[in-house]
Amino acid sequence: MLSTPALVLAIMLFGLGLIGLLSRRNILYMLLSLEIMLNAAALAFIAGGARWGQVDGEIMFLFILTLAAAEVSVALGIVLQLSYRFRTLDADAFCEMKG
Amino acid sequence: MISVLWLIPVLPLAGFLLLALCGARLSRQQIAWVGCGSVGAAAVTTALVATDFFSLFPARESYQQTLWNWIDTSGMTVGISWYLDALSLLMVAVITGIGFLIHLYSAEYMAHDDDYARFFAYMNLFVAAMLTLVLADNLLLLYLGWEGVGLCSYLLIGFWYREPEYGTAAQKAFIVTRIGDTAFAIGLFILFTQFQTLSIQQVQSFAMEAWPVGSNLAMIVAALFLIGAVGKSAQLPLQVWLPDAMAGPTPVSALIHAATMVTAGVYLIARMHHLFELAPMVQEGIAVLGLVTLLLAATSALVQHDIKRVLAYSTMSQIGYMFLALGVGAWSAALFHFLTHSCFKALLFLAAGSVIHSLHHEQNIFKMGGLRRHLPWTFWTFLIGAAAMSGVPLITSGFYSKDWILWSVWSSPLSHRWIWFGALLGALLTGLYSFRLIFRVFFGEVRTQPTGESGLAMRLPLVVLAFLALTVGFLEMPHTLGHVTLFSQYLSHALPTTELLPGMDESSEAREQLAVTVAALLGIGLAALLFLPGSLFGARGTDQSTSHPSVTLLQGGWGFDRLYDRLFVQPWFAVTRNSSDMVDRGYEWLAVCAESCHGWLSHTQTGHVRWYAATIAVGTLMLLGLFAM
Repeated sequence: MLSTPALVLAIMLFGLGLIGLLSRRNILYMLLSLEIMLNAAALAFIAGGARWGQVDGEIMFLFILTLAAAEVSVALGIVLQLSYRFRTLDADAFCEMKG
Repeated sequence: MISVLWLIPVLPLAGFLLLALCGARLSRQQIAWVGCGSVGAAAVTTALVATDFFSLFPARESYQQTLWNWIDTSGMTVGISWYLDALSLLMVAVITGIGFLIHLYSAEYMAHDDDYARFFAYMNLFVAAMLTLVLADNLLLLYLGWEGVGLCSYLLIGFWYREPEYGTAAQKAFIVTRIGDTAFAIGLFILFTQFQTLSIQQVQSFAMEAWPVGSNLAMIVAALFLIGAVGKSAQLPLQVWLPDAMAGPTPVSALIHAATMVTAGVYLIARMHHLFELAPMVQEGIAVLGLVTLLLAATSALVQHDIKRVLAYSTMSQIGYMFLALGVGAWSAALFHFLTHSCFKALLFLAAGSVIHSLHHEQNIFKMGGLRRHLPWTFWTFLIGAAAMSGVPLITSGFYSKDWILWSVWSSPLSHRWIWFGALLGALLTGLYSFRLIFRVFFGEVRTQPTGESGLAMRLPLVVLAFLALTVGFLEMPHTLGHVTLFSQYLSHALPTTELLPGMDESSEAREQLAVTVAALLGIGLAALLFLPGSLFGARGTDQSTSHPSVTLLQGGWGFDRLYDRLFVQPWFAVTRNSSDMVDRGYEWLAVCAESCHGWLSHTQTGHVRWYAATIAVGTLMLLGLFAM
């Protein structure tokens, strides 16, 4: 199966991203981990498209790329505001909304 | 011209809308013009329609007019349609004619009231609802009018809503009549499920085909209709609202008692007479109920202090006579008594209002007296009204109608002798309580100084009604006296003729009439003996502090109020007081449950974004695992 190594890589990238997201406390690194997870998902779509010989996978990749760019621009704006307000980038410090 | 029939109920309704929407902007004079004018115009329209009806339908058949479909679903079509026959024309004429006189009287009587426009708006709506009731072609439209009448009685009895007691009286009238209305509605449901139509004519012809005489369904439906009629017409056992309904302004009492509301039950039974003929047991029940009510009310009327309460009980008693006549199958006699009663009862109420008006709203008859010379117009008209109610022979209308009823009771195969004797006792009591009122209020020494006779707008209706109370009776006279049958001929197509037992000839009729005459005159003579100041026992009766237990019982209308209080009101309060806690506890438990769950779950809201991410990941994994299995 041609696509199997690509899928394995995608799973590994996704796992790395998730671990990074959960273990890092710096919000910038959490954003980086999120990007890695998005790219892992995109890679899985590419692999699927190659496996079935369809263009749908690549189209989904383009969508995810656009979405990631939009998400990063919004997220960086929020991060900027957070660092102004709290003078820190520690995600655990932003816990004023607890129940 | 008969096609303007639809205008008759619409005119008062338009008057109501005009007064309700822009009554605040009109001057008092304009309000009086709109209020009286709308009913007056309806009366003129009635006269036009009546002349046309007489010329177009010489045999007095019926005329129908459908305006539009009100409800049109599969299997049920209800139209806004009117049905005019001799019976409904008679009702319409009385409602608009007497109603107009009462409106005219109110224009002066209520002249100093703050809510002049509201009063006339309600009065107009009352007349419109009653006209809808009597002109309706189907039972649903009739029910609309029926409920409209109930609503207006509530609004008008509680017209002076700043007095809490008056509000209570209004609620009592509404709730008690609602018991009857519910039974009536159930009757309608049964009829509809049986025949898939609510048209009065169709329902009755289907019922006559489908149900044999005395069948169970006919009995049930007739009994339910009877309960409805009993509630509206204040007969036993739903009569308790009527004495309290005196809380409203006096013209309202006149309207309720003479032209609208209490006669609705009589009309319903007369309109559905084919149905009641299928249920002979129920019909017998009507007669017995009427007899018992007329005796109870007459005895209660004997000991009341309040001039309006005496008249209220007298209405109950006279409606009892109508029910009695309906019960023995004397349909036309009942309607004839309705006609004469609405003339003399409107007269009595308006004259009583004139007395109250001139005595600064004093209603206690023990504080009245000697008004004969001060209020001559009121005295003479009141005297005519009381004479008509007691049935003074030959010259008053009440004599002819009551005599017809008693003769029918005597000679009908549906009746018994003891019923006749009871009704005869009622005639004696009627004379007694009517003239007790006359002697107390108009004779003797002056106890409260009156302000003088009222104006033209109040005197004119009194004179017209007094004239009617004397002359209406000549429409129908018995065999022994001239034998005029205009009224029974007029109604012959709408209502069946009264059956008589064989062997009832003129000589037995003459003997029966003599008994009725003697009873009425005996009652008046007794009243003169007991209550006329200066007569044999006249001085003794002035003491108003009699508190013999039997008198107290009679004053409270035989203690029905207390009985119902014990039987229904108190147990209900007791039940609500206890069970409210039990029911509440269930709901409280639900609230506690929700609150604790909320406290428990809110611990997961830590505010840490990484915790949320972890729970999302774990949740996704669990879901995937679930799908994989």
